[in-house]
Amino acid sequence: MSDAQPSTKAKESPYLRIESLTKLFGSFAALKDINLEVFEGEFICFLGPSGCGKTTLLRCIAGLDIQTSGRVIQAGEDISTLPPSARDFGIVFQSYALFPNLTVRKNLAYGLENRRMKKAAIEERVNELLELVGLTGQDKKYPSQLSGGQQQRVALARALASWPGLLLLDEPLSALDAKVRVYLRHEVRRLQRKLGITTVMVTHDQEEALTMADRIVVMDQGVIGQVGTPLQIYREPATSFVADFIGSMNFVPGTMAAPNLVRFGNVNLACDVDGLAAGMEVTIAIRPEDIVVQDVAGSEENAFEVQIESTEFLGSFLRVDLVSETMGEARLRADFSINLVRRVDISEGASLPVMVPRERIRIYPGSLDHG
Amino acid sequence: MADIAVARATSLRPALSRDDLVRGGGLVVMGVFLFVVVLLPLYALLSKSFEDADGKFIGFANYIEYFGTPALVSSAGHTIFIGVVTMVIVVTLAFIYAYALTRSCMPFKGLFRGIALIPILAPSLLPAISLVYLFGNQGMIKELLFGYKIYGPIGIVIALAFWIFPHTVMLLTTALATADARLYEAAIALRASKLRTFFTVTLPATKYGVMSACFVAFTYGITDFGAPKVIGGWYNVLSVDIYKQVVGQWNFQMGAVVSVILLFPVVITFIVDRLVQRRQVAQITARSVPLEPKPNRRFDLIMLIYCSVIAFILLGILAVSAYASFIKFWPYNLSLSLDNYQFQYMDGGGWDAYGNSILLGVLTAFFGSLIIFGGAYLVEKSRHYGKYRGTLQFLAILPLAVPGMVLGLAYIFFFNDPANPLNFLYQTLGILVICTIAHYYTVPHLTALTALKQLDAEFEDVSASLKVPFYKTFSRVTFPVCLPAILDIGIYLFINAMTTVSAVVFLWGPATKLASVAVLNMDDQGDIAPAAAMAMMIVYTSATVRILHIVLTRGLQRRTQAWRRREVIAETVGQPAPT
Ligand SMILES: Nc1ncnc2c1ncn2[C@@H]1O[C@H](COP(=O)(O)OP(=O)(O)OP(=O)(O)O)[C@@H](O)[C@H]1O
Ligand SMILES: [Mg+2]
Repeated sequence: MSDAQPSTKAKESPYLRIESLTKLFGSFAALKDINLEVFEGEFICFLGPSGCGKTTLLRCIAGLDIQTSGRVIQAGEDISTLPPSARDFGIVFQSYALFPNLTVRKNLAYGLENRRMKKAAIEERVNELLELVGLTGQDKKYPSQLSGGQQQRVALARALASWPGLLLLDEPLSALDAKVRVYLRHEVRRLQRKLGITTVMVTHDQEEALTMADRIVVMDQGVIGQVGTPLQIYREPATSFVADFIGSMNFVPGTMAAPNLVRFGNVNLACDVDGLAAGMEVTIAIRPEDIVVQDVAGSEENAFEVQIESTEFLGSFLRVDLVSETMGEARLRADFSINLVRRVDISEGASLPVMVPRERIRIYPGSLDHG
Repeated sequence: MADIAVARATSLRPALSRDDLVRGGGLVVMGVFLFVVVLLPLYALLSKSFEDADGKFIGFANYIEYFGTPALVSSAGHTIFIGVVTMVIVVTLAFIYAYALTRSCMPFKGLFRGIALIPILAPSLLPAISLVYLFGNQGMIKELLFGYKIYGPIGIVIALAFWIFPHTVMLLTTALATADARLYEAAIALRASKLRTFFTVTLPATKYGVMSACFVAFTYGITDFGAPKVIGGWYNVLSVDIYKQVVGQWNFQMGAVVSVILLFPVVITFIVDRLVQRRQVAQITARSVPLEPKPNRRFDLIMLIYCSVIAFILLGILAVSAYASFIKFWPYNLSLSLDNYQFQYMDGGGWDAYGNSILLGVLTAFFGSLIIFGGAYLVEKSRHYGKYRGTLQFLAILPLAVPGMVLGLAYIFFFNDPANPLNFLYQTLGILVICTIAHYYTVPHLTALTALKQLDAEFEDVSASLKVPFYKTFSRVTFPVCLPAILDIGIYLFINAMTTVSAVVFLWGPATKLASVAVLNMDDQGDIAPAAAMAMMIVYTSATVRILHIVLTRGLQRRTQAWRRREVIAETVGQPAPT
């Protein structure tokens, strides 16, 4: 996990630390022994399928739910049992929870009015916030008179109003149209960078996580599957769950033929793995875009002949189902760029040589039932 | 699983914020309040039924005496009989009426809906008085009864049917309005006949609504006091027995025994109703497509005629009392006058009683809506205290299972006890206000919960994160947004406080006579025309307040429409209430 931290932050102590946190609902464990460190200024995404415990973990950090056991430490202070009002965070919910009977201005001033601030100072801060989220001039409107994206930005501004040290976002973009969502991703990220505020965002949208996060926490059934930068998560998924959940992936059952050599059907693939003994049952994971056509003569390593069973045109690339006698039962799905298609005959029934770079092959012990 | 055991063993204790503590305190206060105004009096009643006149415990002796007195036992049978017959008649009539309102394209639906609700504005004494004028010994159209006597079960059932009609119509309209059009399209596709569709689609879909209406009608039928008191004649029912035992014979122990007997069927109905409703929640699954009725001239015409007849009867019964109240001396001098409204010259409390009723209504509405809405807020929006909130919810639902007569008598036992520090309330307006709030607690509580549930659950979370104390969010957001529902609750309490007889009939004192009780007492003394006049005063007042409420709500909506997209109005007036 340590290599997953951005190098510049490596020596700092974390801003937020979660230590062996467990949350039970009755006898159901929604979170099991979670450990996590978040560094100052980082943008962290909790990513995982529905019901995996993302929201629960966020609510434990906020104190909205108190964990059954374990500790939460923020800015060096143990806040494990503190109520939300005694913690330092701003939060945006999927519903935004804007006060419907208050104008945008009053919504933004809501938390400030309670801080014994001068009226003029509140005005100034609200104007600043309005400008920050690009809503200057909309301050007299009620939430119901705003578009979804504008409401979202009001919620964000309200969460930031009283300079919290930590920003918590629970699926803040998922109620929006696809277009607005993509735009707001950048907006949120820009804001976060500008303010340098440590941020934890919950999402079940991997694209969102991959484009926004400094580091992603992939969660599965109450445990953390992997923590890492988007590239690490994508390139080197630590478990077959992460591999399957992020992007698309070919899973092929195989056996270790020798150390650093895996075999499926009659195909032998060189790979970089350690600790797996020869003869062991494994699952081989290969991303569709990592299967490359050997249209120019090159190294023979990891090359084999395949036949094109079917193709599917997906705009910028072609998704191709590959079979071959040498592969046996296994079939592979590959994504070929349109450029390539211009040079090479990729039609159903055609044969062609392909190869897989050894560093792109992931091996997981045991066999899986992945489709 | 081992780590789960470890986690539980070392379970963290959340630190409570000041907000949590204050709301916790509020929950305790509400719990104590409901405990004192509902449970303790009932306990006092129950223990009284096991005591002799001197307060010595005598086991089941009172009950043995009760079951040894045929006159008393027979009224238990009468009560159930009245309940069942009323239920069958009123639910049938109301079902067709509600069917017409929801599934036909007849004109004037809004008008018919309004007319159906009119009986809510009157005490149950009023239809009985009208029936006396119509079918009594000197009745206007007594020939229509072919020699049968209106005094007795016939009169009771007709009066109750009038009075219960609006409640059942409302429940059934709701049930019929939430039909799924897709089921009907499927039935048409399968070429099912109209009748078959009715029995295979309509009835099953409205099953729970019909059951709810039956429970309400039955409960009202067996617990009402006003109608059988005026028109029951020699036909004894339990509620009147309680009154006679206590007020007539000063036999408080036997009054307590009869109360406990009456409590039985009501509590059983209440429990069955709860069980049925729990099932209903599980039944609602997919989003259904609302059904749009299609015009059908013959059917629409039949429905229009049916509704007109019912509306005519409802208005007619009201009109008879109105007319009678202006007649000099029925049936000998039919000239019109305001003599019957000269309450100051009559026994029963006079205009003071009317003034007291208004005061009772205003105080009950004001304090009741604050207490009940506050209680619902604490139940719905507090953090922590899960079990305690559950208990409070139970206590809030409980009054629905306590008939007014029973609660009223229980209050005598509890508050008249010299050892009770609250004894000073006895025979004051205070006890009447408390009793009325307790008696009608449940429906407004449920209305408040519905309104609160429509608010974003995360308002409280956001406020905590902004370090704004909960009472500020309550007063700046929760309360204003729920204001229409709160107004509704206030009106509901006001109208019920004006019209109720049963809960207050034991509790008024020389200085706190009430209009509804005056109706009862004047009728008792044979001053039936002034009784009709006073009953009409109650109707005029309730109607005026209701109209004011509509105007006020409209104004409120206009003022707040800038931010109010959805309505947060839950209809309370006319919802089932305890009798
Ligand atoms: N208050 C609660 N009581 C009981 N179980 C709960 C409660 N809150 C959450 N859970 C359960 O805990 C698990 C994790 O819930 P959580 O809301 O954290 O999921 P999530 O990852 O946020 O999912 P989603 O993407 O659907 O929002 C779920 O199985 C859920 O049913
Ligand atoms: Mg969630």
